[in-house]
Amino acid sequence: MLSIRDLHAEVEGKNILKGLNLEIREGEVHAIMGPNGSGKSTLGHVLSGRPGYEITQGSVEFLGKDLLELDTEERAHEGLFLAFQYPVEIPGVSNMEFLKASVDAVRESQGASAYDTVGFMRRAREACTAADLDQAFLKRGVNEGFSGGEKKRNELMQMMLLEPRLCILDETDSGLDIDALQVVASGVNAMRSESRSFLLVTHYQRLLDYIEPDFVHVLADGRIIRSGDKSLALELEAKGYSWLDDGEVA
Amino acid sequence: MANLLTPQLNAETPAPDWLQARRLAGRAAWESSELPTRKTEAWKYTSLFALQQPFMPARESAESAEELGLELPQLAGSRLVFVNGFWRENLSEIEPDAAIELVRFSEADQTQAALIAQHLGSVVPVNKHPFSALNDAVLADGVFLRIQKGSKAACPVQLVWHNSPQVDAAINSQRLLVLAEQHSEATVVEHFSGQGHSFTNGLSELILAAGATLNHSRLHLESAEALHIGGLHAALERDATLNSFHAAFGGKLKRVDIVINHQGHGAHCQLDGMYLLRGQEHVDYHTCIEHAVPHCTTDETFRGIVGDKASAVFNGRIHIHPDAQKTRAELSNKNLLTSATAEVNTKPELEIYADDVQCAHGATVAQLDESMLHYLRTRGIPADEALVLLSYGFINALVEKQRLESLREYLKPRLTDYFGAALAVDSDDAGG
Repeated sequence: MLSIRDLHAEVEGKNILKGLNLEIREGEVHAIMGPNGSGKSTLGHVLSGRPGYEITQGSVEFLGKDLLELDTEERAHEGLFLAFQYPVEIPGVSNMEFLKASVDAVRESQGASAYDTVGFMRRAREACTAADLDQAFLKRGVNEGFSGGEKKRNELMQMMLLEPRLCILDETDSGLDIDALQVVASGVNAMRSESRSFLLVTHYQRLLDYIEPDFVHVLADGRIIRSGDKSLALELEAKGYSWLDDGEVA
Repeated sequence: MANLLTPQLNAETPAPDWLQARRLAGRAAWESSELPTRKTEAWKYTSLFALQQPFMPARESAESAEELGLELPQLAGSRLVFVNGFWRENLSEIEPDAAIELVRFSEADQTQAALIAQHLGSVVPVNKHPFSALNDAVLADGVFLRIQKGSKAACPVQLVWHNSPQVDAAINSQRLLVLAEQHSEATVVEHFSGQGHSFTNGLSELILAAGATLNHSRLHLESAEALHIGGLHAALERDATLNSFHAAFGGKLKRVDIVINHQGHGAHCQLDGMYLLRGQEHVDYHTCIEHAVPHCTTDETFRGIVGDKASAVFNGRIHIHPDAQKTRAELSNKNLLTSATAEVNTKPELEIYADDVQCAHGATVAQLDESMLHYLRTRGIPADEALVLLSYGFINALVEKQRLESLREYLKPRLTDYFGAALAVDSDDAGG
């Protein structure tokens, strides 16, 4: 589904990704772990097409298409979803107006008819409940004045409504208390299917107690230096990232 | 000045006798003044060239609301509707309310006339603004609203000034006087709308006695061809509160001068405004808050979106007199430019002569936030649609702040329509 080959990317002239390779097949859950500054968030931004991130080398194929040739919105239309580490606040645009515009645009791109207002409202309310957000959040400005946990649950709600093929969760666990973490994890687990894949970007092993990955990768200095199954995460947790610096680099 | 507005002055409009002295004084002031030019600082960015054509007195119209294209906010309470400056009884509704007295100047009894005569013009510096003098000169009718001491009006009072399309360019004149007595409370909505090419001179005076609260809005939904030079003048006595909201949807030439006088300790004013301009429209808001006494507060926020070849002027003056210690005043004007040919001239002017005050001001002209735009695009919303959604949010954030629910509900679909149309125009451009 996603095939990243020898990806190099820079921000403001500084190399962040330095030859990253990653293969995600349908239905798989991958976790990328790494210390601060290793390029974890950059990967999410690059895949979403954020301005200011320049690809200097390599390729990314998503569902048979050259992802890097697509505009940000087209990537969403193809089924790519990035749950942000720091979702932006948009005062004056209600969550409902935003969600409707988003779902309409994605459905239109896929040749599906738009939901009527009543049908859409019902779905939005269901997603709200599943994300353990009060219905009142639908009327509030997008992320406006939301707590850290509420913002993350709002991301989850969007993910449920858009039904993407590949969900990238960028440090979704940061700033979450254990209850909110469980809500997000059970939302993700409910969405797991044979045709949907996940890429969890995280600093801590904690999230992986709730969402069990098929593969764990360690990112350091812009490259994946080690891959394994979920036991790698536990090993990392026990030994710390410095364990990998001492000659263990693959 | 003997000029092209003279036919209006010479028209024989029936007016109450007790207004004659004011009319004559206004006429004398108008005739002895010069039309402001761009050499005058206050008119530097607004040309009155569009007024250099013959204007005829407006004519009475008997058209129905549908024929007039008149869409009104669905507010409960009294509604006075004027078309081309003439009162339209069959479009108006009067809801009896013991808390208020609502009367037209032409219908005022002796006591009411005396009250009007006493207060009319008391907060308007006629000699400083020729268009206020012009308003006086042609004064034939107007609206007087008095809110009784200690009373709260049950419903908003709505004043609608609508222009129908007329064969010649027509001049319309409106006048409103609100007298909010001690510890009274009311809501007033001024609504200017219409079609075609006309010149409107709308002048409003708000007098708030001690402890009075007045929620006021002045909505300009006139045509793209409309010319409007208007004024709002308010005086606030001790602990009075004025919440005043202004909206301008375009217009060929629109100039509104807003002057708020804090005259009593502890007075508070929240002044908000929005303008949305496209084509070759021009809007100019000049606001001036006079802090003459201590312990008064002002929160002022204006936001505008200017596209195509339109231009906006915002001049926000806050004048803190030497005695006005413990003043707190905040002024913000933010503008979005959506085309390279649009123009905004914004100028906050803080004049502070007291030393123990808290003041802040900011004026920006900017593009939309990149990170917001990216966020929307990651959710599949195409860039052009995302820009429109963000523009809408930029204005709607201010509308959402307004206390009057019916006002928010009235403006919301107008914003949606406005931005929906903008989207259609953009995609047409892209296609062509």
